[in-house]
Formats: sequence, C-alpha cells, structure tokens
Amino acid sequence: MIWKHIKKVSCIVSVIGAILIDRLIPNSVEQPQANATYFLYFLYIVGTLFVAVYITALFHEGVSKKLEETSPLIAGGILILNIINIVCSKLALLPVLFFPSLDRVFGVFVNDRVLMLECILSSGRLLVIGFVIGALLGFITGLLLGFNRKIAYWVNPLTKVIGPIPATSWSPLVLSLFSTSYQAAVFMIALSVWFPITVMTSSGIQNIQQSYFEVADTLGAGKLYKVFRVGVPAAMPSIFLGLFYATTGAFITLVTAEMFGCKSGIGWYLNWQKSMMLYANVYAGLILLAVLCNLIIKILFKFKDRILIWQKGVIKW
Amino acid sequence: MVGEIKIENASKYFNNPDGSILTALNDVNLTVRSGSFISLIGPSGCGKTTLLRAIAGLNLVDEGTIYIDQEPITKPGHDRGFAFQQANLYPWLSIEKNISFGLKARRIYQSKKEDVAKYIEMVGLKGFENAYPHQLSGGMNQRASLARALVGHPKVLLLDEPLGALDAFTRMNMQDEILRIWKEHEMTMIMVTHDVDEAVYLSDQVVIMTPRPAKIEQVIDIELGRPRARGSNDFLKYRTKILEILNFAGENKEPEYYL
Repeated sequence: MIWKHIKKVSCIVSVIGAILIDRLIPNSVEQPQANATYFLYFLYIVGTLFVAVYITALFHEGVSKKLEETSPLIAGGILILNIINIVCSKLALLPVLFFPSLDRVFGVFVNDRVLMLECILSSGRLLVIGFVIGALLGFITGLLLGFNRKIAYWVNPLTKVIGPIPATSWSPLVLSLFSTSYQAAVFMIALSVWFPITVMTSSGIQNIQQSYFEVADTLGAGKLYKVFRVGVPAAMPSIFLGLFYATTGAFITLVTAEMFGCKSGIGWYLNWQKSMMLYANVYAGLILLAVLCNLIIKILFKFKDRILIWQKGVIKW
Repeated sequence: MVGEIKIENASKYFNNPDGSILTALNDVNLTVRSGSFISLIGPSGCGKTTLLRAIAGLNLVDEGTIYIDQEPITKPGHDRGFAFQQANLYPWLSIEKNISFGLKARRIYQSKKEDVAKYIEMVGLKGFENAYPHQLSGGMNQRASLARALVGHPKVLLLDEPLGALDAFTRMNMQDEILRIWKEHEMTMIMVTHDVDEAVYLSDQVVIMTPRPAKIEQVIDIELGRPRARGSNDFLKYRTKILEILNFAGENKEPEYYL
C-alpha cells in the first residue's frame, strides 16, 4: 500500500528535486546564459500537471492505476534531465559548445517556434507525398508479384537488385536527374517505402493457406474477388509489417534528403543549425524528430488495431 | 430434380517425390442419383478425398470424366458446395460476413439477405453474427462453415469429414441437422467419412473404397427407413457387413493365427 503510494508520488518528488537543485545551485559562468529559465518553466508545467493527475487519482480508480504505472518512468526521465542539468549547466563539466544548458535547448522550442512549425509542415508534406506514392506502387507491385507467376519471374530479380540499395545512395544521381531537389527527395522517400511494402505484400500473399482460395472457388468467387476479398485481407498483417519498416526507412531518407538539397524541413534545420554551431538548436531538432516519429508510429498502430481487430495483439509495439 | 453426378472411368495420378507415380484413383465408375445421400468410406489413401475434390473441381481427374447433370466438370462452381474438414472460415470476417461471402461474390446478396439470417438460425448461431471465428468454439465454427456452404443452395453438397473434429455429442446432433437440411432442400449429398456408424446412419448408399490401387470395392444400398435407430439389429447388420468388407479388403490379409 505504502509502496503503491511512493510509486504514485515519485514523479512529483523527482520534479521538486530538480526544481530545488536548479534554484539552489548557481549556473556555471562558463555556460552562456539563456534569455529565460526555460527548463524551470518546463519543470513547473510537468509538476503542476502531475499534481493535478495525482489529485484526480484520489477519486478515480482508472487514473490511479495509470499513474502508478507511468509515474516511476517519468520520475526516472526527470532525474536524467536533472543530472544533465547538474553536469552541463551547474558544473560545466563538458565542453559548453557541444553541450548547451537545458535552458537553451528548451528555449529553442519557444524562440524558434514559428520556424520549427514551418519545418514540421514542410517535412510532413514531403513525407506524406513520398510515402503515399511509394506505398501505392509497393502495394501494386506486391500484388502482381504475389498473384502472377510470369510477372514474378521477370520482376522479382529486379526487386531483389534495386530493393536493398539504401534509397539515399541514389542522391548523387537523382539530384541531377530531377529538376528540383524536392522531386528528388520525393523519389528517394517513395523508393525507400516501395521496397519493404512490395516484399511484405508479395510474401504475405504467397504464405496464404491454399484452402482460403479453395473455399472461395467453391463459393463461386471470381478471380478479382479472390484477389481483393481473400488475398489482400489475409496478407494484411504482413502488409502492415511492411508499413512499419517503411515508416522508419522513410524517416531516415527524409532527414538525409532534406540535408542534401532542400531549403526547408527538419533535416535542413538540423544541418543549418549545425553549420552555425548552434548546438542547442540541433538538440531541439533531434527531440522534435523523435517525438514526431513516435507519434506517426503510434497513429499507425491505432490504425492497425482498428483494421486487424480480428487478430488483435499479434504485432506488439 | 437436379444434382446427378456421374463418374466415368476416372483415374488420377500423383508424382511422388522419388519420381514414382502414385495412383490416387484407379478407373472409378459411379453414378450418384439426384437427391440421394451417399457416403464414401475407406482407410486413408483409398482416394475418397481425391474423388470428392475432383467432383468439386478443385483437382481434375487425369483420365475419364465426371459429369454433373450431363455437363463435364472442369472447374469449381457454386453448384457444388464443399464443406471442408477444417472450418476454414476467414478470420478477418465476422460469422455473418463469412456465411454471406459466396452470395456477395456472386452479387446476389441483396436479394438473399433473409437466407443468411435463416441459415444462421438453423445452425444455432443466432446472436453470434458479429463474432469473429477465433472467439467461437471449433464446433460453432464448423456449423458456420456448413451454413456458408449451404446458403448458396448448391445442387450437390460435398462433405469432406466435416464432423471429424467434433465431440461425439455435437457430432450426432449435427448428423441429424444435416439429414434435416438434406430432406428440406432435396439436394444431393456426398460425404467422405471414417465413421461406419455415421455412414450407415445417414446414407442411401455407402461406397466402400480400398487403397493400392485406389478404387471402389463395393457399393452397399442401405435399405432402412428414416429416422434410423443406431442400435437396431438391421443397423448393426449393415455395420458389421461394411466392417467385414473393409477388413477383408484391408492391407493385412494374412490370417491372425500366424501370430
């Protein structure tokens, strides 16, 4: 009982500890000062939030369970930030150029918010366009490979040769072939998405038990009906696996492609800030990237749970 | 009335992995009267499932011809329903959608909607329409599978040991259920089974097949009125007779006193 309580308050305790240390120990003079104490603001927000959740948990069983589960993890995260704060800002044990204070890193999200939002939108647009093109083409190729022996004979070797080449290694070629670097980026993202979806779709179809098609035959289903009403749904778990591989691959390609030629986007932002030696901004960009990638995969899993409700829990994230 | 199956000189060969040829059906001749119930019985390897799949059009015979109402069978069709040994329901479809799959594939679902509800009720799955196959027991899935084969009103229903996976009690209930459906819809039924009692209980004719080479050993007419009493003398006589033929035709022809 006591233990449960300790778990629940652990996060608030950790936040209070971090606040006390930040306020009591003065910052090292070596570390450039931020224009405001953004890390402290962040801690205040997290602290207030969890105090509110804690109070709700007193009256609500479900919230209480959830809090007990997540609170220690958040507490651990805050503790790590606390240690980083001590090492970088308070004692300046590491080179201050590459290890900026947390105040400055968190400050970027406030000071650069308009530019960052533009970057998110630009990257998001690029990602969506490339992903949709690549996924559609991959799905079609996969279907053809899975269902048509002749096409499989001729196209499979091509897939095997082109597929494993990292999409970004095409950049020297496509940057000169396409008229804009934007088109080149779309091409590379589409390529990185196309391969895993093609492979997982066709292998998913080839692994379908024959009896599913025989049942459809005896019920009078036509060829196309069998492809789309038996083949595709039966291969869906495998296709989703392809989508996950594709998502991570697309992210890597997106950032690399943006570093090469684009004039906007998160990859461009990272590269630009690095060249200006603004490492606080680089860290902020990395955090942003991690949050976005996780968000997209979360959404994909929600989507999967809806579509594959008949086999819930087969792929766990 | 329709649904007459005529098998003429049907032979089927499979290639063994070692290059030899296995005779899966050897010159089989059989006529199944329209509207009758026949059972194919015999030890494994006697070709009964091969014959059933050939009638369904899932595997074609290499020699000879199989006719349905004088038409040679060249491919599967909805005039021949097939109840598989495993339920083989589509796991991504609910029970209701599984059962209506064939109707939708043939684009006649709109006009036959009531049939789906009727058959769901008939196989005792009312209230489970929206459940997924993995949520139901094996017996319930098997019944759904039977409803799926029946709802399209095939002329011939081919049953490949569809009751094999069920417990004895459910099995006997399902046998009565199948008989009722057979009488009500006046369709031809051809059933593969291992169970002699089941064959005698259900069939007008029992076709006994033997392996090596796979052929028809004997066709026995069961001249008993329905409903049949499973323990009656006449019933047991047929049962004994079939078992004798199966034993005699079996592999071990050596007398037991050698032991």
